[in-house]
Amino acid sequence: MEDKTLLYIRNLHVWYRVYGGYLKVLNGVNLSVRKGERVGLVGEAGCGKTTTMKSILQILPPRDSVIPEGEILYMGKDVLKMNFGELQRLRSKEVAVIFQDPTAALNPVFTIGAQLGDIIRYSIALEEKKVHKEKIKTLSARALKEVYMPDPERILTNYPFQLSGGMRQRVCIAMSISSPRNLLIADEPGTSLDVTIQDQILRLLREIVEKKETSIILITHSLGVAREMTDRIYVMYAGTIVETAPAKDLFKNPAHPYTKGLLASVPKISGGGIARGIPGRIPDYLNPPQGCRFQPRCEHASPSCEEKPPQLVQIDRDHFVACYLAQR
Amino acid sequence: MAQQENSEILKVINLKKYFRIGKDKKGPIYVRAVDGVSFGVKYGETLGLVGESGSGKSTIAYTIVGMYRPTSGQILFKDKNIGVQATKRPLALKREIQIVFQDPGSSLNPRQTIEQILRLPLRLHTQTPPRQLREKMVELLEKVELPPDYLYKSPPSIGGGEKQMVAIARALAPNPSLIVLDEPTSALDVSVQAKIINKLMDLQKELNLTYLFITHDLSLMRNVANRIAIMYLGKICEVADAVTFFEKPLHPYTQMLISSVPVVTEEEERLKPKKVVSIGEIPSPVNIPPGCSFHLRCPYKMPICSEVDPEMVEVASGHIVRCHLFSRTENK
Repeated sequence: MEDKTLLYIRNLHVWYRVYGGYLKVLNGVNLSVRKGERVGLVGEAGCGKTTTMKSILQILPPRDSVIPEGEILYMGKDVLKMNFGELQRLRSKEVAVIFQDPTAALNPVFTIGAQLGDIIRYSIALEEKKVHKEKIKTLSARALKEVYMPDPERILTNYPFQLSGGMRQRVCIAMSISSPRNLLIADEPGTSLDVTIQDQILRLLREIVEKKETSIILITHSLGVAREMTDRIYVMYAGTIVETAPAKDLFKNPAHPYTKGLLASVPKISGGGIARGIPGRIPDYLNPPQGCRFQPRCEHASPSCEEKPPQLVQIDRDHFVACYLAQR
Repeated sequence: MAQQENSEILKVINLKKYFRIGKDKKGPIYVRAVDGVSFGVKYGETLGLVGESGSGKSTIAYTIVGMYRPTSGQILFKDKNIGVQATKRPLALKREIQIVFQDPGSSLNPRQTIEQILRLPLRLHTQTPPRQLREKMVELLEKVELPPDYLYKSPPSIGGGEKQMVAIARALAPNPSLIVLDEPTSALDVSVQAKIINKLMDLQKELNLTYLFITHDLSLMRNVANRIAIMYLGKICEVADAVTFFEKPLHPYTQMLISSVPVVTEEEERLKPKKVVSIGEIPSPVNIPPGCSFHLRCPYKMPICSEVDPEMVEVASGHIVRCHLFSRTENK
């Protein structure tokens, strides 16, 4: 089991420096990704999903962020202790990211060919000294063909504004798979798109991941997307992992009150109305609650919840929950 | 009241809204945002208007509240034609139709306090004596479950869900009978969305309101709307009540939409049509394809589809489809 682990995040804390002190955003995140595994990271806005993604790649704002505790082991090596060269190798050869908003991810003043070509040139240049322009062009066109772009040669000469949102996201996916990667991080890949286009993009992603046997971390706020795309789901609330289970188990027996509340809030196409939602809102990260971070919104809260944050405890095979309720 | 049960508070007849964006040799170029839409909203019901971005659903909302002047067609409110801009409408009519916008961050003035935001509609549309204004405002906040001290806060200092609640309170202030909800929860998290939707439904019962609910979220409509209308490229392609809609979707586009919704239970999985897989993209409303506007993406495409635009056909009581598959006159 151990040697199959690709990424292992242990007790990660990330703080952001602001005027009034530190925003204690991540508060002990534990997460692991095995080779070829599809992992979903689910949580509401502001829970630290993107911060987790950024700390894996070390692209947090360097002056304003602090990592006081924790380790991120990528194939056994701590990302936090890597030097610049190793980090560049990690970013160009090992891990690729697909961002939420393809319009912001692409540079509006360069053609698709130039941007895609740059990435391919860089990844080849690590091995070969001399790179032919023709080779880059054929590789770019092949990458676009892999994401089912019609007429790849023409698209290479287009600018991002000439493409639709779905096409732009396809270009971003093509960029991320232009050279073989071991881990793909998709940060809300369909959120800014329409449902039918989101469906197409997710199907494409699933196909690529299965064909290339890449691991994927799918960051999303939608439980439905996570259910259809992943093997294992991590539910995140206010900078902590509150529950993790294989996708099927999570939807059958959610154990954490937050997961239950979230699931009940999702409107179903089979009807049955909508639950009352979860009262309150995400805590102030400047002064987060001492104990369980969900306790101020939790209807089962007891005095012990206020003292110490609960740890992840196994309640079923591969099913872990951070809640005192499940431990009793 | 009994007479009102089945009559329509709002009736839209063959509404068209074109935007001119330039011209070439052949003449002016138009974006045909809304291209011949007819529907009715009954007293006290919620009609869900669902469509992807660019389908013209927001344009309809803005035309109904009077932000745009329709290119042609009629909008009847309580059997009176109101197809003119809001500036030309009588005050009493403006009072009756209110709107809640998608993004409360930009629909509420950040430099105003919530007291100022709520005061204006009260002063304009109601005869509340100045001394009772504050009392009335606190009452409005109570309706959306916000404490009275929120009167002195400004929008940037409160959460997204609370901001939307203020926007709802503002829409309620003039005591309207029809509220147009333009994607009121799409910028919010699901747990907050659930809270707002429940509040809206409670308010509807309590105050006898009619909603025109505009959204791209089909699964939300299943739980909120009485009837659903699906829009594609400025036209309505299917109208039915919310339950039949998911049990017997007829139009291929509706089936594609439902099969694309990410779901969380097995039961929902069974409702999804398996045959129709999402392909292609919504064409530009400047160059709407001839014939049925959906034929480029349709799996059941027939030769006639690229030539003749289908008519609206009522296949069952209250279930209307615009598709050649269901045309009564058999076309060869």
